Amino acid sequence: MEITILIFLFGGLFLGWSLGANDAANVFGTAVGTRMVSFTSAAIICSVFVILGAIISGAGTTETLGKLGAINALPGAFAACVAAGISVYLMTKVGLPVSTTQAIVGAIVGWNLYTGSSTNLQVLITILGTWILCPIIAGVIAMGLFTFTKRVILNRKLHILRLDAYTRTALLIAGAFGAYSLGANNIANVMGVFVPISPFTDVTIGNLFVFSSKEQLFLLGGLAIAVGVFTYSKRVMFTVGNDLLKMTPVAAFIVVISHSIVLFLFASQGISAFLQSINLPSIPLVPVSSSQAVVGGVIGIGLLKGGKEVQWSIAGRISLGWMTLPIIAALISLIVLFILENIFNLTVSF
Amino acid sequence: MFGLKSASLFGDTKKLEREIDEFVDIVSEVGLVFKSIVPTYLNHSANGKFEEMVEKVKEMESKADKITKDVEHTLYEETLIPDARSDVLRLLEHIDELIGMYQGNCYHFSIQKPNFPKEFHEDLIELTETVVNCVESLCLTVRSFFRDIKSVRDNAHKVTFYEKESDIKFSALARRIFDSELPLDQKMHLRYFVEKIDRICDQAEDIADEVQIYAIKRSV
Repeated sequence: MEITILIFLFGGLFLGWSLGANDAANVFGTAVGTRMVSFTSAAIICSVFVILGAIISGAGTTETLGKLGAINALPGAFAACVAAGISVYLMTKVGLPVSTTQAIVGAIVGWNLYTGSSTNLQVLITILGTWILCPIIAGVIAMGLFTFTKRVILNRKLHILRLDAYTRTALLIAGAFGAYSLGANNIANVMGVFVPISPFTDVTIGNLFVFSSKEQLFLLGGLAIAVGVFTYSKRVMFTVGNDLLKMTPVAAFIVVISHSIVLFLFASQGISAFLQSINLPSIPLVPVSSSQAVVGGVIGIGLLKGGKEVQWSIAGRISLGWMTLPIIAALISLIVLFILENIFNLTVSF
Repeated sequence: MFGLKSASLFGDTKKLEREIDEFVDIVSEVGLVFKSIVPTYLNHSANGKFEEMVEKVKEMESKADKITKDVEHTLYEETLIPDARSDVLRLLEHIDELIGMYQGNCYHFSIQKPNFPKEFHEDLIELTETVVNCVESLCLTVRSFFRDIKSVRDNAHKVTFYEKESDIKFSALARRIFDSELPLDQKMHLRYFVEKIDRICDQAEDIADEVQIYAIKRSV
């Protein structure tokens, strides 16, 4: 493999690292922040399940991103990833919980605009629609689960210590599920743009198992996410765990499981196919934002408690961030593409 | 790794549950012993038995102290119930102080040997019974804090009820003591004992108020 290819792939790996550092905090942030789960346990579980989710179930959302704009040159993919990474970094600096999802979509649209490729409007509208739906669905799921769990806990008369032990176990399981769903849903953000131009070839292992080039890319992306989890997510996890709405460990579990269900729903080819088979509208396989899912879940629980504890001004600021991030990513993408093409003389599209 | 950790987590949990239950049992038992100690003391003929009972209270107090320390260590070492840990420990310490108050009363009876005339015996025994009932209700409140949060308020209400009863009985008895023909030093001495017994109820009510706040914080 040429060294230039590695350099270009580095753009995706940088975005993967950023996803591991920021979005993984959504999965285990509340558990680690409230000291219900140790950071080491969280980081190991998160890394393993993110990689598994990416390799096993990451294909669905990748296809959708591919339809939005099929970036056909490595420098173009590099530009999109770097633009997304920079824009996520900038928003994180401002203190807004954003996701790589919104950034990569903006960056791909930027590539489309720069290269004159058409943007599939139907796909774009589907993606934007799910971004509105995602926090709402997470909020509704959180409300339902919270009401149910609260009733069960009160009726079962569990000892405070027993409840604590169950909640820890539940947080670990929900976190593992959340990490798997994050890997499945968000690997497209990290490696999706490289799939059509993958530098890898399929590898057959012992005539039994084919490790496709796409899966190799996803494994690489998953590893980058894991590095992000281990190197940078600790601080973010404590911030998420302590700065969001003050939550009890049970509420934290509900938020994580709601977030995970939403990410899983929007990544599961199986559920989508099943709904289609029984003539129901299928769920679009779209990379959704884990931050949106978490914020939706938190607001859902806040509303159940009367809504007084929800900081609506902060919620408004976060929403504004969600709207501006794709635009910023698209603009940065245009600038990076311009630089790559005109200063470094690289071909950003064919 | 996680399987083993999880097994030890549930093991520690069960052990702690038992210890906390045992701790509350001790409070309840000390109360029952104290309820018998006062009439035993008043009946001078059974002084040997009285000292035996004081010794029993001392043993139970030491046992409660040991449990408090064990629970404290396990809660911190295993980082259990991080959100409610400080509340639980403060609660156990305050209840331990309550056991200490029972023990203190027993020692004061044993050392100072107050001379209660026969006419005050019945009132003193009634006051003691009300105080013990108050602490019994506190035990229920504490148990419900750990297992059945919905019942905390009802049980805490009973504590308040007995505390008021105890105040009424204390005031009536103190008034009767000072209205009597006893010398002032004896009146002061008897009042000291009556007041010390009544203070157990005040402490129980403070703890019940505390538990109610912890219960609100603990609500899912």
